[in-house]
Parts: sequence; C-alpha cells; structure tokens
Amino acid sequence: MKDAISDALVITKRQLLQLARIPEVLIFSTIQPVMFVLLFRFVFGGSIDTGQPGGYVQLLMPGIFVQTVAFTLASTASGLAEDMKKGLIDRFRSLPISRGAVVIGRTFGDALLNILVLVVMALAGFAVGWRPTSGVLKISLAFIFLFAFGYALSWIGIYVGLVVKEARTVQAAGFLVTFPLTFLSNAFAPTTGMPRALQYVAEWNPVSSMVAACRQLFGMKNEFGATANSWPSQHPLETSLLYMVLLMAIFIPLSIRKYKNTSN
Amino acid sequence: MKTVVAEHLVKSYRNGEVKALNDLSLDVEEGTVLGVLGPNGSGKTTTVRILATLLKPDSGSANVAGIDVSKHPEKVREVIGLSGQYAAVDETLTGWDNLVMFSRLYHLGRQQSINRAKELLERFDLTEAARRPIKTYSGGMRRRLDLAASLIVKPKVLFLDEPTTGLDPRGRQDMWGVIQELVTGGVTVLLTTQYLEEADQLADEIAVIDRGTVIARGTSDALKKQVGGERLEITVESADVEKTKAIVAQVSGNPTHVDARTVSAPVSTGSQALIQALRALDEAAIHPLDIALKRPSLDDVFLALTGHIAEETVIEPVKAKRGRK
Repeated sequence: MKDAISDALVITKRQLLQLARIPEVLIFSTIQPVMFVLLFRFVFGGSIDTGQPGGYVQLLMPGIFVQTVAFTLASTASGLAEDMKKGLIDRFRSLPISRGAVVIGRTFGDALLNILVLVVMALAGFAVGWRPTSGVLKISLAFIFLFAFGYALSWIGIYVGLVVKEARTVQAAGFLVTFPLTFLSNAFAPTTGMPRALQYVAEWNPVSSMVAACRQLFGMKNEFGATANSWPSQHPLETSLLYMVLLMAIFIPLSIRKYKNTSN
Repeated sequence: MKTVVAEHLVKSYRNGEVKALNDLSLDVEEGTVLGVLGPNGSGKTTTVRILATLLKPDSGSANVAGIDVSKHPEKVREVIGLSGQYAAVDETLTGWDNLVMFSRLYHLGRQQSINRAKELLERFDLTEAARRPIKTYSGGMRRRLDLAASLIVKPKVLFLDEPTTGLDPRGRQDMWGVIQELVTGGVTVLLTTQYLEEADQLADEIAVIDRGTVIARGTSDALKKQVGGERLEITVESADVEKTKAIVAQVSGNPTHVDARTVSAPVSTGSQALIQALRALDEAAIHPLDIALKRPSLDDVFLALTGHIAEETVIEPVKAKRGRK
C-alpha cells in the first residue's frame, strides 16, 4: 500500500514535470476558464435579470466553476490515451509497480491542476464583481465540493482514455459529452425556460446539483432551477455527494480493472 | 538451465478471427541470446508481450526465470527488462527525468535513483543530451535511452523487440555494440528482428517464426548451411532467362527462384560459384546485365525453409466459428 502511494506520486510528479517542460499547457488551461468568466459576465451579464443582489455574476461563478472542473475530464482522457498510443503504458505495465499506481497518479496530477485553475478563476471572478456572502467555512466547503467533483469526474476520464485509445477521438468525444452536460443544466440560464422534458433532465443532471449546491454554499438562493420540483433541486448538497460517491464507486474499480487487462 | 520457456502458446485476436500465435514453443538457455527472426505479423511482438506479462495467452504456458507468467506476473516483472519496438519513454521529459522516474518506479531511493540515472546516461553516451527532451533525440539516441530504462535494476532476462528497426546503418551498428556489451555481462536475452544479419551478429541461437509458430531453430551457422549461405543472382535479357535458370540450377545444386529477368539461388561455394556461373554464361553466349553474390536475407531464409517469400502480413483470418464456444 505504501508502495502504491509512492508509485502513484512518481507518476504525479511526471505530470508536473511535463507541465514544467511545456508551460503552454498550463497557461492555456488557466486562460480558458478565465476567458469564460469574462465572456459570460460581460456578454450575458447585462441582459439577464436575476432578481438577486449582486447581479448575474453571483449566479454565474458557481456555474463556471463546475463547468471548468467538468471539462478537465477530457484532458485526463486524452493524456492517458496518448500514453497508451505511445507505448508508455506498456512500459509501465512491465514494471513491478502496483496495479492502480499509474491511473491513480494521473488523477492526483489532474486534481492538483484543478486546484490551481479554481484559484485563478476565483481571483478572476472576484475581479469582475463576484462576492460570496456566506462566510469562510461554507465557502471552503464549496471549494472542497468542487475539488471532489473534479476528482470523481477524472475517473470517468481515466476510463474513457483507456477504452478509446486515440487521443484525438477522445478530445472530440470529450466535448460531445461535456458540452451538453454543462449547458443542459442550471449553470448559465434558468431551467424554467427549457421544454418541460428537458427541465427534468437538467435537474437530474449532476452538474445542476453541483451548481445549486455551490450557490447555496456561497450564500445565495438558487433561482435558476427547482421549477420541476425534483428531489435533486430540493436537496442539492445531498444529491451532489451521492453522485460523487456513485461515480467513484463505479469508475475506480472499472478503470483499474481495465488498466490491468488493457491491450488484450 | 532454461531461463525462458514458452510452451504451446496460442493467441487469437478479434474473437478468434486472427490467429497471432499458433502453438508456439521456444526456450532460451541461461546467459545466451535467442534471436527470434520473422517478418512483420509473424507473431514476434505477441510472443514478447506474453513473456513480458503484458498479454495473456489463450492457451499454453510460459516461464521466465522459473516463474509462471500467468500465475505470478508481478514476480516476473521484478526480473525482466523490456525495450520495445516503439521507444516507450516520455518524450516531453528529458532523458534525465525519464531515468530518474523509472528508477523511482523500480523502488530505488531518491539518491540511488539519481546515481543510477547518471551511471546509465554515461554508459550509453547520453550525458550531453541528458537535459534535453527526448523528442529532440535522434532515433539511435532514443533507442539507447529506452534500453537504459530497461536496465535500471539489472534484469535476469531482457526482451528486445526489434531494437534496430527504423535506425540508419550507423545507429544500427552502435546499437549492436551496446547489446553485445550487455550480453558479455551475462544477461539472458530474447531479441526479435526482421534482419538475418542482426540475428547473426547478436544471437547464439536463432528461432525462425512464420504464421505464429517456430519453423526452424538452430545456430546461425546451421541455419545458414540450410539456406546456403550466400545467394547467386543473375539478371539477363528476357530471352535468356530459361537458359540462365538451367545454369544457375547446375552451379548451385539448389532450386532457383525467378523474379522477372533475375534468376537466383542459394550457393555454398561463394566466389567459386560466381566464376563457374560466368564461365557457363560465356560458353552459352549469354551476356548478363548484372551478376552478384548476395548475403542471405530474411527472404532467402524463408524461401529455403518454407518455399515462399517472407510476406509482410502473413496473419490469415481463420474462419470464425460464430455461435459456438
């Protein structure tokens, strides 16, 4: 077990070294979410009336936080697919290291990247008028939620990366999943405007519960959902937790098994 | 003692439609080099992948250093080194980063890892390039680094899957030197190659494989005797091909092969055969356009052993048995 963790950390360190060798990756992966913050804040912010103090940016920021951690799923997947294709995974599999170390190490690396991205975004949000009102404890809890959600999703990324094997396909497929997932939600616009059937989909969408949970933890009413009165929209915190546990319970064993038997 | 033993390995892909290994057996004596010689798709890489625990056979068994690869793959991984056909190191990282990383994954301590990386870089003449990303390396340097990564803890058995494919002649020579040095160090090596010359240079014994099974094995000399060592090749005008064929058959005493206007056959008497052939051609008033003695190639080995030339994709789809287990 001790070896498993230290092996995983070597893999994590490899990812950090990669970032140091190609700093462009780091720069672009932080610029993109900041760009989203600015675009949404200034393009939509003026024309959407939220009926809450502080304006659109208060509702927007939790949405963008969740969207950003969800998007990292695609980079987890394509990074792993790249390693598979280059034969690096074969090399790792021929080494006397524990079975899960390589994939666990990668999720750690992506988690660290997520922390950095969340910090940069929070600063950008603050600069354009985002002011959470709930107090340090609840704000911290919101960030822990975001971090954990990103971690849970990265295991989907691991599984996709191991199954698809072709980095470019993964990248394209990743967007096909993450775009509807993040936009078919309460993240940027009220679900009330959607057709009735979509409202249910949107409210059961884990992204919506995460966004609603974060809004609640940042100290505001979740005005963008709850029209269909579904259980998730009433209990966003519990639902989010449930989704995270569920995702990890399914995808961690699945991924580690897939890694073990891969290229058979 | 046999350090590597594979018995009756069978492996199919795509639900049995493609048979990669078809009852393949081989073994390697401790401290020797076995060259597995065969064309693309003959099952070389599949064999290596099974022995290196990356792939499970459908049936058959394999032992490496006395350990069953299916039952205790984790123990096998502690005693093997694998250097693949495609340099499997992290290309964005430097040579130094890679070797330290792999040392850590072999559970060497921090300082030990640094020392080992330094040693290996020096030994493989990569010290100057140590701080450069691998993607700036030449093909030969990349292979050397890949090999270095498989030697971090001195392995009992080293698998080299086509160590020089894609290298230029100079890179190939360098690589051969490096491998020969290793072999003197006493490690047991299983090496796959498409080049008879390479197997000849490096291997104590050669196993020729075709369509997933071993079709001949023996020392390089024995094999060459079978193939006839060198090959006489004569190109003539179309009208003279038949007569030339008779001459070549007589001089070589072996079956001839005709490819357009070129007639060839294995010969065992070297330049003597060349002189005889020239005389005979002269007497028959045939003017050769080209005449040469060629060292045997993989094609010649295959021609001699199987009667057909080594084909690129020799894997043939076996009729799928659908709806039955």
